[in-house]
Amino acid sequence: MPKSATPSRLAVRKTYKLYVAGKFPRSESGRTYLVDGDNVALASRKDARDAVVAARAAQPKWAGATAYNRGQVLYRTAEMLEARRAEFKSLGVAGAEVDAAVDRWVWYAGWSDKIAQVAGGANPVAGPYFNLSAPEPTGVVGVIAPGSLLGLVSVIAPAVVTGNTVVVVASNPQAAITLGEVLATSDVPGGVVNVLTGQAAEIAPWLASHDDVNALDLSGVGDPELATELERAAAGTLKRVIRPSSGVDYTEDPGTGAMTALLEIKTVWHPKGF
Amino acid sequence: MSLFEYAPAPESRSIVELAPSYGLFIDGEFGEAKDTFKTINPADEQVLAEVALAGPEDVDRAVAAARRAFESWSALPGSERAKYLFRIARILQERSRELAVLESLDNGKPIKESRDVDLPLVAAHFFYYAGWADKLKYAGLGPDPRPLGVAGQVIPWNFPLLMLAWKIAPALATGNTVVLKPAETTPLSALFFADVCRQADLPPGVVNIVTGAGDTGRYLVEHPDVNKVAFTGSTEVGRQIARSVAGTGKKLTLELGGKAANIVFDDAPIDQAVEGIVNGIFFNQGHVCCAGSRLLVQESIASSLLDALKRRMATLRVGDPLDKNTDIGAINSRAQLDRITELSEIGAGEGAERWSPPCELPDRGFWFAPTIFTGVTQAHRIAREEIFGPVLSVLTFRTPAEAVEKANNTPYGLSAGIWSEKGSRILAVADQLRAGVVWANTFNKFDPTSPFGGYKESGYGREGGRHGLEAYLA
Repeated sequence: MPKSATPSRLAVRKTYKLYVAGKFPRSESGRTYLVDGDNVALASRKDARDAVVAARAAQPKWAGATAYNRGQVLYRTAEMLEARRAEFKSLGVAGAEVDAAVDRWVWYAGWSDKIAQVAGGANPVAGPYFNLSAPEPTGVVGVIAPGSLLGLVSVIAPAVVTGNTVVVVASNPQAAITLGEVLATSDVPGGVVNVLTGQAAEIAPWLASHDDVNALDLSGVGDPELATELERAAAGTLKRVIRPSSGVDYTEDPGTGAMTALLEIKTVWHPKGF
Repeated sequence: MSLFEYAPAPESRSIVELAPSYGLFIDGEFGEAKDTFKTINPADEQVLAEVALAGPEDVDRAVAAARRAFESWSALPGSERAKYLFRIARILQERSRELAVLESLDNGKPIKESRDVDLPLVAAHFFYYAGWADKLKYAGLGPDPRPLGVAGQVIPWNFPLLMLAWKIAPALATGNTVVLKPAETTPLSALFFADVCRQADLPPGVVNIVTGAGDTGRYLVEHPDVNKVAFTGSTEVGRQIARSVAGTGKKLTLELGGKAANIVFDDAPIDQAVEGIVNGIFFNQGHVCCAGSRLLVQESIASSLLDALKRRMATLRVGDPLDKNTDIGAINSRAQLDRITELSEIGAGEGAERWSPPCELPDRGFWFAPTIFTGVTQAHRIAREEIFGPVLSVLTFRTPAEAVEKANNTPYGLSAGIWSEKGSRILAVADQLRAGVVWANTFNKFDPTSPFGGYKESGYGREGGRHGLEAYLA
């Protein structure tokens, strides 16, 4: 009798596509590129524009949700992130970095119903007026993300906790799309976070010059010439620009700056009188 | 409605002693430049004085002086910097009548506005930021916020001294030094302010004033040794500045144009709303970036509101800026008058109905009668473009949602107005308006404690209040 061999099970591999409007479409261009043996989607200009449409459509409702609700949804995201710890590790992210990313997400989730109290307030004007300043989201943010998972989380979380929606150009496709899966399974409405994988140099100029993008985060842009070109393109519609953060240590306390850079202060006056 | 006859009540201009010519204020001294230009009184087109036109080498000298002064100014204890600013505020108060008359002469704005609005706010702004100078670590901007260095500041002609105060007071309080360029048509009050700095014994180089036109401003904002650029003016120039600053690492704040909606609901107190509409668009001849230049009125009350507005407009007094009864003064320049005239003709040409009260305008100088356009649609250029003059475009709406949508249908987002007696509606509409300042049942109110600045293409950063410090600290 021949010895029966235990057949080893063939793994079901994951296909890494884009994450846009809560779905995982391929690039409309049909292009992929090879990263660590996977064919991942190579996003195009059209994908960027579709993602902006999705982000814009999602923005009013996301900003209009109560801060408490946004905080709960984002806390749920941290739970889902924690649950995929092993998967991120299998993608080569160190366990300590996954932990830091989860903790960072929890930290930002908690800001949802506090940032308005820290960044806004009553102004004692010299007259009989009620006068209150409060922060509001700037709108749709184009994000050129840093390569690490912690960096990615550290640019997405401050943008969305404040009620903005984002189009992220990620340079670590598998980890970024896995983060997209985390978001897709944690009650974050589709379109709030959109993840494009591909070349920043190809996609970012379309975001920088897009009329319906309000702010541009260049944190992950390594090439100073590209950063200058993008900042110049952003001037066409006077986008708020977060400049490249070379040398930023994402393990340090991020402070409130990443949130306040994507907030507009609105000041409302009303007379007082009987 | 008949207009009372008022006897002329001119403020005396003898309180202002004008020199025939003024130089650049650099490193604590007035000095000449190669070229000069003349500044005129827009109310009679007479030359007020000749002013130095700063070239690139003059701007170099000014920036170098500011750089030298930065080291010791930023090292001063905040409490000492504060005392200089308090001194400046006091001197401004003591000289406020002189400066108000000067401002009305050079700008054309009514004396009652320069006297009762501009100058009190100028002094208040210095008082407010003086108090911050030794309290910066409590401003919520980190435990040890640091100044940026040399600030290059370019200001417009509509509120010359007030815009100077908005720029210089927070810059100095936070330990920066400045080179400021006033507008080409209104350089004088900044030069008088230089004298105020000398009276206050402010160290040389902490404040430098370079006069000139657009090129001078460009040299300044593009100067490689400037760390911070602050600009108030048109959105078009703001875009150019944002482009030129790209990649330099300079911190930038921009306060640009606007096309504010002033929304009047059917339950608004009509008489108050009419006063607010008039104040919103005719204050300072409409030369106000946050002017309520689009009136959105609920359809059901449109005709009665417009009747009341026209009656009120017929009582506005247009004329001599130095007359204490004048409501609307002179348009600041020939160029601005041409632009207002052109856009108004386009408005009529595109089919909107134009109306002005019977109004006698002086023979000399630059004047434009208060004007409203009815039957305006959102496609009309007078509903989309900033006119920056006493011209109001009237549109109607039926529901609050339509009002919000029309109000937000602009690339600008500086200010907005809401008139209603219903509190919940005011708050809900205020939440949805994409504008940095929302005046509810009031309009055009300003205060040094209250942050001011725009959404979208009206610029970024805030001036005034605690938020105004952020623009000058790292």
